[in-house]
Amino acid sequence: MSILVWTYLIVGFTFALYIGIAFFSRVRSTSGFYVAGQGVSPVANGMATGADWMSAASFISMAGLISFMGYTGAIYLIGWTGGYVLLALLLAPYLRKYGKYTVPEFVGERYYSQTARLVAVFCAIFISFTYVAGQMRGVGVVFSRFLEVDVNTGVIGGMALVFLYATLGGMRGITYTQVAQYIVLIVAYLIPAAAISWKMTGNPIPQFGFGSRISDGPHAGMYLLQAIDAIHRDLGLPEYTAAFVSGKKAMIDVIAITMALMVGTAGLPHVLIRFYTVPSARAARWSAMWALVFIGLLYTTAPAVATFARVNMIQTLHGARYAEAPPWFKNWEKTGLIRFADRDGDGIITYSGDAARNELEVDRDIMVLANPEIARLPAWVVALVAAGGLAAALSTAAGLLLVISSSISHDVVKSMLRPGMSERQELGVARWTAGAAVLVAGYFGIHPPGFVAQVVAFAFGLAAASFFPILVLGVFSARTTKQGAIAGMLSGILFTAAYIIYFRFFDRGAGADDWLLGISPEGIGSVGMLLNFAVTGVVSWLTPPPPPHVQALVEEIRLPHRPEAA
Amino acid sequence: MTRKPVDGARYWRANLRILGNLLLIWLFTAFGLGILLVEVLNRFHVAGFPLGFWFAQQGAIYIFIVLIFVYARWMDRIDKRFYGD
Repeated sequence: MSILVWTYLIVGFTFALYIGIAFFSRVRSTSGFYVAGQGVSPVANGMATGADWMSAASFISMAGLISFMGYTGAIYLIGWTGGYVLLALLLAPYLRKYGKYTVPEFVGERYYSQTARLVAVFCAIFISFTYVAGQMRGVGVVFSRFLEVDVNTGVIGGMALVFLYATLGGMRGITYTQVAQYIVLIVAYLIPAAAISWKMTGNPIPQFGFGSRISDGPHAGMYLLQAIDAIHRDLGLPEYTAAFVSGKKAMIDVIAITMALMVGTAGLPHVLIRFYTVPSARAARWSAMWALVFIGLLYTTAPAVATFARVNMIQTLHGARYAEAPPWFKNWEKTGLIRFADRDGDGIITYSGDAARNELEVDRDIMVLANPEIARLPAWVVALVAAGGLAAALSTAAGLLLVISSSISHDVVKSMLRPGMSERQELGVARWTAGAAVLVAGYFGIHPPGFVAQVVAFAFGLAAASFFPILVLGVFSARTTKQGAIAGMLSGILFTAAYIIYFRFFDRGAGADDWLLGISPEGIGSVGMLLNFAVTGVVSWLTPPPPPHVQALVEEIRLPHRPEAA
Repeated sequence: MTRKPVDGARYWRANLRILGNLLLIWLFTAFGLGILLVEVLNRFHVAGFPLGFWFAQQGAIYIFIVLIFVYARWMDRIDKRFYGD
């Protein structure tokens, strides 16, 4: 059977599965819609968090990015996993103990202020829309390459599916489809990785194959990482495993970006909200551990895939005759994601670190998707990867859409505009806003704003500079006041936004010398976070302490919930 | 049902102690082993891995998982001590 037939079969099967789950987990209460009735087991929530968190970027783009960055790819690996330690230790158990439905709701109540809640709503919606546009685009790319339909048709198909299970099942539907999507995406990631690892090194476990010797070809007997360093030297590129050599990011920037990604992860509302769905604070701690176990499975595989893909790609293409290039090369060339320009007219593909001699441009995004074809794995594996990419994109999109919907229906409509609304009416509003959010997200998927890639840094920077500090201080310092929190959030956001907008849109040619302390816009969220902490602390100290009922709330969320001890 | 009241302040101090220690290890893992010391550690090799590179792309993640495991385990014990089963 051809790749196309396999893809229709496997993608069709997984979609049917998601729809089935959505149908069986319909909800009739706001608690079910917003937090899945708080009855999700820690392991299931761990898987759901894994799928929720690992987006099209993690599944499709990350290994490709690492394969072009070498050591520096650690910013994603450490940054996007280290954040879970912060979540588990500093936030998840306390937010669960608080036990209401949204992150802005916690902010509003802890800081006894509708203004603070509104600022939080704005941040939550902005962060989520930024993110979701990228997911819809990922869905479109997978559809167009593997199902050979128009990108727009792909986006509409994905939208229809998310629409169905988000409006029917709310958080409950999303949770159990995410569990299924985690399983699909991890299987789709591990099977080709193991097959490639086994082919190249004789060891089927990628985490070990990555440190093993190459079994055949021109570099047989060499350690894989030694071979790739040697290949890079020959091509005039910086060594793959080298850390802070010229041509790679400076140490200060690596530190800042890693910190911004970690803290940003811990401040993303769609991740935080997952921990509201488990039964207790204790379950929230265990759930964070399971989440990182499930995420770690993909994240420790990704750098191995990156290395295999890098070696494979260079060995297959560098020095090959263009006329005899393998079929996957021609397929991807059609999408414009691989480009070959025969500068010296010899009909041979030359890959080089020297821009004047290099003839091959490879988009980072295709490394994972093309990898099974490059390694000549069977057609069903290629199809499985397509289903995995869709699972990753759809699960994240659904989680984000729920944040948007609950922020509007619960934090704005119910809390500010129509407080007298019944639960049934609120549920209706929640379904409508979820549906509307899907449409807006789909619009951005079909007409992507040119700046999607640039604003991803924005989402993390903003989450790091807005939510993280005031959530942590809200739990760990009862003295933090509403004036402090509002001033802190605003200064963190404004500083981070101004820095990113300036360097992304106005002074695009600027380099490390122009940056503050050599910190790139991707890493500036960590400075924004420190600023937020400092401003919140100083202003809180200067303003009168929070009222007694708020201090009592802080005392209460610090202690785990034990119904029998009450 | 009556129980002896839980000493919230002591519970919180016990939590902060374990939390602080684990965060120090977290900080050292992420920024020490993975970034600041990477070039020093790269002089050593384990199988085909330069050690610093291994920590940056593999080891740190395993350590993070262990840190959360230890925290969840330890807090279960503290919960038990203060609240009983």
